[in-house]
Amino acid sequence: MKQVFHKPKSLKPAIYHYCPGCGHSIIHRLVAEVIDELGIQEKTVGVPPAGCAVLAYNYFDVDMGEAPHGRAVAVATGIKRVLPDRVVFTYQGDGDIAAIGTGGAVHAANRGEKITVLFINNGVYGMTGGQMAPTTVAGMNSTTTPGGRDVARDGYPLDLTQMLAVAGGSVYLERVAVNSPKNIKKAKKAIKKAFQAQLDGLGFSLVEILSTCPTNWKMSPIKAMEYIDQSMSKVFPLGVIKDKTGYDEKQGEES
Amino acid sequence: MTVKSVFAGFGGQGVLLMGYILAFTGMRIGKHVTYLPSYGAEVRGGTANCTVVVSDQEIASPVASSPDFAVVMNNPSLIRFATVVRSGGGLLLNDDLVHSPVKRDDLTVLRIPVSTIAHQLGEDRSANVVMVGAFAEMSQVAPLEAFKEALADTGLGKKAKVLEINRKALDAGAEAVRQAMKKEKSA
Amino acid sequence: MTKQLMRGSHVLGEAAVRAGCRYYFGYPITPQNEVPEYLSGRLLEVGGTFVQAESELSSINMVIGAAMAGGRVMTSSSSPGISLKQEGISYLAGQEMPAVIANMIRGGPGLGNIAPAQSDYFQATRGGGHGDYRCLVLAPASCQELCDLTFSAFDLADKYRNPVMILGDGLMGQMMEPVEFPEPVDPAALPKKDWILDGAKGRPSRIILSMLLDPKRLEAHNYKLTRKYDAMTAAEQRWEEYQCDDALLVVVAYGTAARIVKGAIKRVREMGLKVGLFRPISLYPFPKEPLSRLTQRVRQVLVFEMSSGQMVEDVQIAVKSQAEVHFYGRPGGVIPTPEEVAHQISHYYHNAHLAQGEAADGRRAGGAA
Repeated sequence: MKQVFHKPKSLKPAIYHYCPGCGHSIIHRLVAEVIDELGIQEKTVGVPPAGCAVLAYNYFDVDMGEAPHGRAVAVATGIKRVLPDRVVFTYQGDGDIAAIGTGGAVHAANRGEKITVLFINNGVYGMTGGQMAPTTVAGMNSTTTPGGRDVARDGYPLDLTQMLAVAGGSVYLERVAVNSPKNIKKAKKAIKKAFQAQLDGLGFSLVEILSTCPTNWKMSPIKAMEYIDQSMSKVFPLGVIKDKTGYDEKQGEES
Repeated sequence: MTVKSVFAGFGGQGVLLMGYILAFTGMRIGKHVTYLPSYGAEVRGGTANCTVVVSDQEIASPVASSPDFAVVMNNPSLIRFATVVRSGGGLLLNDDLVHSPVKRDDLTVLRIPVSTIAHQLGEDRSANVVMVGAFAEMSQVAPLEAFKEALADTGLGKKAKVLEINRKALDAGAEAVRQAMKKEKSA
Repeated sequence: MTKQLMRGSHVLGEAAVRAGCRYYFGYPITPQNEVPEYLSGRLLEVGGTFVQAESELSSINMVIGAAMAGGRVMTSSSSPGISLKQEGISYLAGQEMPAVIANMIRGGPGLGNIAPAQSDYFQATRGGGHGDYRCLVLAPASCQELCDLTFSAFDLADKYRNPVMILGDGLMGQMMEPVEFPEPVDPAALPKKDWILDGAKGRPSRIILSMLLDPKRLEAHNYKLTRKYDAMTAAEQRWEEYQCDDALLVVVAYGTAARIVKGAIKRVREMGLKVGLFRPISLYPFPKEPLSRLTQRVRQVLVFEMSSGQMVEDVQIAVKSQAEVHFYGRPGGVIPTPEEVAHQISHYYHNAHLAQGEAADGRRAGGAA
């Protein structure tokens, strides 16, 4: 009998602690599959965030180093500068990278640090219990925006990835989602491209992944998946935001 | 013997280099030395000064609250440093720029036209080194020959021609002090 | 090896490079800008890496990353910048990452000024950031000692897998003195570290973290750290005793303040006062035992700091009730003169009737003969 589906090598045999319907589980798997496919498990170092994915080191079977809240890109920078031939990625939530860590993200992108950032945008501070995130869309409920986010009172949702596009050293920025089989496939392709850009030494790469948090959104998993289409992707449209890799042109020539 | 000196003037007059040459010479002849520049916002404003201590013994504080000598390259520095020199100490003034009277009679005050002397040597930029020669003669902290030798390993020693002219500048400064001392005595 | 006349900030940088440090991450702040300025060029020469980060926060976290990857790494700053780095230093301690951090202290609190001060003693010796931890803290008093301590700081950091702090001040950073440098260490020849994150090739994957959610595990981890601090306390106390043999009063001071005290002692000795200096070189561990031994004999202690009184608490802990502890301090970046300190010494010396006591001893001796 032929095995058609198996656990990626780069994932440990552990059971996720994530809530039912949470996007982290899907994204972890995609990242691990990409690491396997690129054959880089033995040269990859990951930097998990503060947040629900703080326990990511229990799942990824690669070297992992903890960073303080918001500082993953700085820690990754330090690792990569010492070991330039290794593959270094960060895994950060919206609060981590688009609020407390904004400065670090902008400048790492601008210096063209050859690292890969996986930016998980679920519009909420998950681990601390559902407070407003910089990416919470207008009208969305959170525990610190009674009656929903009021832009006049709470400010606007921040499009960090768009901001990073103007940084000279960013080479590949794409926004994807993990709320449907089609989108998940696209997400994996983007993650692979981002790692490839690092392997080729091109510069800073980031994939923003719109993800679900049914628990804090107070929705069923299915409703949460639909919410990404109905609401989040209206404010944060999916697609390539910046691509200076030249990979697509090359493919075009070959075919 | 411990000699504490302050060098002061405008930024660009080579004030810090004067102090450095002294400290470097002191080190070369086996003395204990400290060199402390004024720093921070002050330096970027335009005035500059540094304190150099040369001693046979371990140096306690690199700060001199009452130095033995003050070398003053401009008028504002005279106002600031003329009062702090210890009684019986020396004041060495750039006669081309500093004309204010010194209201103390417990100091040896020598006025040396270092810019004029440098101009006569054909190198206006060596005025500070002329002053170092004058200081060497006045303070007797180290032989003039030691300054000349040390000069080769400072930034001024990179080109033979520049080194030569600056060694002449040291001689000229020392000579000017000898003349000024003679005048003092005969006066 | 000939001596070089070099300013403290450059000495710090050069000694670090010679110790095998190849990674520096920093952010400008006066009075230590000459450290990154020097290293930006010097590290290029030796194939190292210099990054001027966008903030103190990023620079200390780059240090964390570089330490995880096994590099000999340092950062430097001055008081307000060191405050910003404290979260990262706490992580370094919790994760047991070796790194060297230099603080050229300036006057505080707040923006304060850029003059030399010793007001960050508590911050340096009590951990500084959150949690139960200590940095090994070394306080040089001359450019040569700055060189020697910086050189050994990297070995100590590796030995204990702990952050080491060099505590200087603005004056030390700016001052030039002759320095003789040690022979450079080849970083490739340093012992290999078996805990670094360099990709799990031919071995199980590794994790470096300070997070231990189970209180019992965190407690065990904290006890492990405590044992490490005990080992440091046993092995790394450094101090200097100067003219203490016949002293009736000792002054306790470190760094720049200790230099000023030496000048003051010269003056009071000329007046016949028997005064010595006890100079802590390691501030954590504080040289408690030697000071305790000394004050079994010398009953008058004057603590002098360029702060409003911080190390004096460690002196009191060490001395207990064996001797009377007095304090004199000048906060705010004021550099006191040796004359001023000599005046204070003389005041406490005479207040304790030490001069008279000596005369009385003399009479007794005379009577016996």
